[in-house]
Amino acid sequence: MKEKLTEFIQTQWKDSLLPQRDINTNLLYFSIQKESLPTVVQTLKDHPEFAFTFLNDLTSIDWLGKREPRFEVVYLLRSPSNNHFRFQLRVPVGEGESVPSIAGIFPAANWPEREVFDLMGIPFSNHPRMERLIMPDNFVGHPLRKDYPLEGPGQDYLIEDLLTIHVEEDITG
Amino acid sequence: MVMYEKTAEHFGQKFKDLPEGHLLVNLGPSHPATHGILQNVIQIDGERVVDTESVIGYVHRCFEKLGERYDYNQFLVCTDRMNYVSTPLNNIGWILTVEKMMQIQVPDRVTYVRMIISELSRIMDHIICNGIMGVDLGAFSGLLHLFHHRENIYQILEKLTGARLTTTFCRVGGMERDIYPEFQSEIKLILKGLKPALDEFEELLIRNKIFNERTKGIGGISSERAIAYGFSGPNLRAAGVPWDVRKDDPYMFYDKVDFDIPVGEDGSALDRTLVRMEEMRQSMRIIEQLIDGIPEGPYHADVPHTFLPPKDRVYHNMEELIYHFKIIMHGVKVPPGEYYHATEAANGELGFYVVSEGEKSPWRVHVRRPCFWYYQAFPEMVKGGLLADTIATMSSLNVIAGELDC
Repeated sequence: MKEKLTEFIQTQWKDSLLPQRDINTNLLYFSIQKESLPTVVQTLKDHPEFAFTFLNDLTSIDWLGKREPRFEVVYLLRSPSNNHFRFQLRVPVGEGESVPSIAGIFPAANWPEREVFDLMGIPFSNHPRMERLIMPDNFVGHPLRKDYPLEGPGQDYLIEDLLTIHVEEDITG
Repeated sequence: MVMYEKTAEHFGQKFKDLPEGHLLVNLGPSHPATHGILQNVIQIDGERVVDTESVIGYVHRCFEKLGERYDYNQFLVCTDRMNYVSTPLNNIGWILTVEKMMQIQVPDRVTYVRMIISELSRIMDHIICNGIMGVDLGAFSGLLHLFHHRENIYQILEKLTGARLTTTFCRVGGMERDIYPEFQSEIKLILKGLKPALDEFEELLIRNKIFNERTKGIGGISSERAIAYGFSGPNLRAAGVPWDVRKDDPYMFYDKVDFDIPVGEDGSALDRTLVRMEEMRQSMRIIEQLIDGIPEGPYHADVPHTFLPPKDRVYHNMEELIYHFKIIMHGVKVPPGEYYHATEAANGELGFYVVSEGEKSPWRVHVRRPCFWYYQAFPEMVKGGLLADTIATMSSLNVIAGELDC
């Protein structure tokens, strides 16, 4: 499976593939350009033999100070018909850039993409609703970024904000 | 009230210009039926659900960020607090990932005990899910009937680890301590009592006409939609898809024990309950195959730079003192690399994705928690049904807020 898939991706999307680092990992992985991501995912999902019909995981990594571009969005696809074989697609993203959403291909990608946007600050284009998912709407910054302080500047802001709401409520109520 | 007004503003776009007679109802954030602190804003027309919107994040503790700060053993206490209904399963998932990265082979004794505790935890989790589902629908005695057996399992965990809820069960390379002498006989006794109790529970609750009619065909999801939404575990199997990480991608000794994967038909609330009932029986079957065969030997791998040496040796031996100091101060050394390891937790596929740069703490930790993936299908599952049915649907999905928000 590994060889077949590698050959398929290398011949089909020769121009989209990016040079890969040598990572010590248990997963087969490919770095691809973000523009080709939806096509690659859709083709691999619909392919009768590979049939990567299950979006197993979707997350992102911040390589601040280690690598360029700064972020990587990671997609883990699974093929149930091929003995549940898993492989990874990695999409490098620079700061301020967005990645095409795959929520139209996998409904499962909706929340994980919003989570990545919320916590890491990577927006997804064409997403049905690109809003914060976990943090409050008035939260400042993206806490999973490496340069976000562990103590959190947003913390004071939030507590203060909540206090004002309650004080006002007490006064007016 | 201000908070709710904000919420209404927030959903202004979605629920703008409600037709006459339609109402917006807040189910949660604090409601006995929401299984933790999460909110559903439900638009209803009479008793019928027109649309819903879920708000999560009320118990978010940013564990992934903490994982980048703590060392590998310290992060273990965070995993305890994810799915707090079956904590050892989270511990084992995390430790297996780290051990795979470090290429540590643990003794068979450790794997046996881990598997037994895993299955006991699965039973614990399913007892809560099925029992509380009864409570949510107005039947209290079912939960009480099984809770006694859950308490017995807690006592085993208490004797084994010193804690009931936050067990922090494993350590990299083994377990924190060895099993106690009556471990096997006590578990056998629990299983003996649990078997008839499950049958009685089924008679009492699941064959009950009211329960049956309130769950049959309610909150169903087709197998295609369940796969599209990234479902896993009992909720996926209830939709008729026989996937189980223990069979598909075996870890520990799951390829060496016999057990079946129960599947449902229409993925309704009743099917999910029935699948969980059968899974408890299968878990008992796995434990029975293992319990008498726990091999003798050490309870941790022979990896001096990883596992805390026994105290008496630390006090009299310089080498051991250094190891002790190094592990406490610098943690375990994980080689650079990236790893994804999945285990079958009670709720479904629990995956840990870890990026190590060879430092004390991981560079990045991500948790693929099963709840997160299937809760996003909730609006689709309850649309068109009755308001009362949303309770049955949510209970049967086993939404655990601590796992959902992580």
